[in-house]
Amino acid sequence: MRDVVIIGIGQTAVGEHWGRSIRDLAAEAVAKARADAGVERVDALYVGNMASGALCGQENLGTLVADATGLLPIEAVKIEAACASGGAAVRAACLAVAGGAHDYAIAVGVEKMTDLLTDGVTSALATAADADYEAGHGVSFVALNAMLMRRYMHEHGVRREDFAPLAVLAHANAAHNPHALYRQPITAEEFAASPVVADPIGILDSAAICDGAAAVLVAPASEARRTRRLPIRIAASTCVTDTVGLAERRDPLVWEAVAAGARRAYALAKVGPGDIDFFEPHDAFTIVSALSLEACGFADRGSALKMAAEGRLARDGDRPICTLGGLKGRGHPVGASGAYQIVEVALQLRGEAGAAQIRGARTGMAQSVGGSGSVAVTHILQV
Amino acid sequence: MELPRYHRLRGALYRLEGSACRSCDARSFPARTVCATCKSADVAPAGFCGRGTLWSFTRVAQPPRGFASVAPYGVGMVRLVEGPLVTAQLADVEGVDMAIGMVVEMVTRKIRDAQENGFIVYGYKFRPALRPAPRRAGAP
Repeated sequence: MRDVVIIGIGQTAVGEHWGRSIRDLAAEAVAKARADAGVERVDALYVGNMASGALCGQENLGTLVADATGLLPIEAVKIEAACASGGAAVRAACLAVAGGAHDYAIAVGVEKMTDLLTDGVTSALATAADADYEAGHGVSFVALNAMLMRRYMHEHGVRREDFAPLAVLAHANAAHNPHALYRQPITAEEFAASPVVADPIGILDSAAICDGAAAVLVAPASEARRTRRLPIRIAASTCVTDTVGLAERRDPLVWEAVAAGARRAYALAKVGPGDIDFFEPHDAFTIVSALSLEACGFADRGSALKMAAEGRLARDGDRPICTLGGLKGRGHPVGASGAYQIVEVALQLRGEAGAAQIRGARTGMAQSVGGSGSVAVTHILQV
Repeated sequence: MELPRYHRLRGALYRLEGSACRSCDARSFPARTVCATCKSADVAPAGFCGRGTLWSFTRVAQPPRGFASVAPYGVGMVRLVEGPLVTAQLADVEGVDMAIGMVVEMVTRKIRDAQENGFIVYGYKFRPALRPAPRRAGAP
């Protein structure tokens, strides 16, 4: 297997892009990644997307985006792994280059969510759950996470307000990200007062519905000299699965796919959790951040909120997370989020994160989770 | 819900039918073709008594398409006495002070809006377990 590096990155602003289609967004991110690398050649395109069929009535997305970016007749396919689709597309590009099938591969994560009203988007997101035994009973994705959060509060004796620091820090970091959806800070009081969506989950626990695209151009390490950018090494890329149905797990509060994905990634990169300078978790809900921090070995079971309360996860803490806003602050165009994470880790490692820069960052980890912990795609990047 | 899917799921929806592994005796709901515990393919249909305790719960205020007529509604994850967890809507919980650990039982109810093609989808929900009234002295 060849070593793989990221030589170009690109992203659209995250927002409600009423005037722009899924192909416009994907094409912009791809063009920016190619321009960033200063490399014309692209051999393959992997489009990470969760629900274009349900959200836009459009499949055959690989070909659509290849055409929109002027890359025909390139090899192009859609990669779907629910909310982890963006991460899975980056991994597909990485595997194609590592295995020698291609030299220059682009992964673009894209989601266009704002063509539908909330009930339509809720239904589309619920397709990540079990259609027969969860979604078919009206159990929305928010409801599944709400049940996890309530059980977590019950087992660990914490209150809804104790989750506030996770949302507050995401917004504080997003304020320094020009591409973020929410650039205004929030307070713990505003968090506590935010309307409840599915008790105990409130609006400010939840990442918002929005549109966006992010792209990553990868190449073999031997080709890195051709780019004008600092190459970012993909030190580990893993994908691990668990049951789709949350109820079918031995203990739904232990995210085994997330844990195994992190362990395998640490082994591949020859690091431990203590060597990760910053972490981009899949913070679609505050409870997901807490469960991910515990599964990845950054916090003991039941102690993630204590870590947050002590300020250790903030930009100046010992384990910064969501450094450019995370899903909560930057926004969560679902199939794109995994690719945004990789772009943001690359920005940090290049030293191009502006006011959000983590000083001296050499190793960053991004983790994209699909369903309720049912598939985890983990990457460790290094300079 | 599509008619073929409804027909296919009738055993689970009406009778809470799952499966049991003949190798390790693990019970599963929904039914599995491969045992989640020991990976054996030697599994057979098995039923459940329909009673359990509430593992967690919430209330859906923003329903997906097809559930507007029943919203807002409670949903829960129920630990069946035989072991498996089941995710389902809750019934008869208006005004009930819900708590993790409360005893619940299965009932068959309408689970979503009427379909455009006219059929009504029924299936399992869980409600707080009925409690017999205390017996009075001299009552038969």
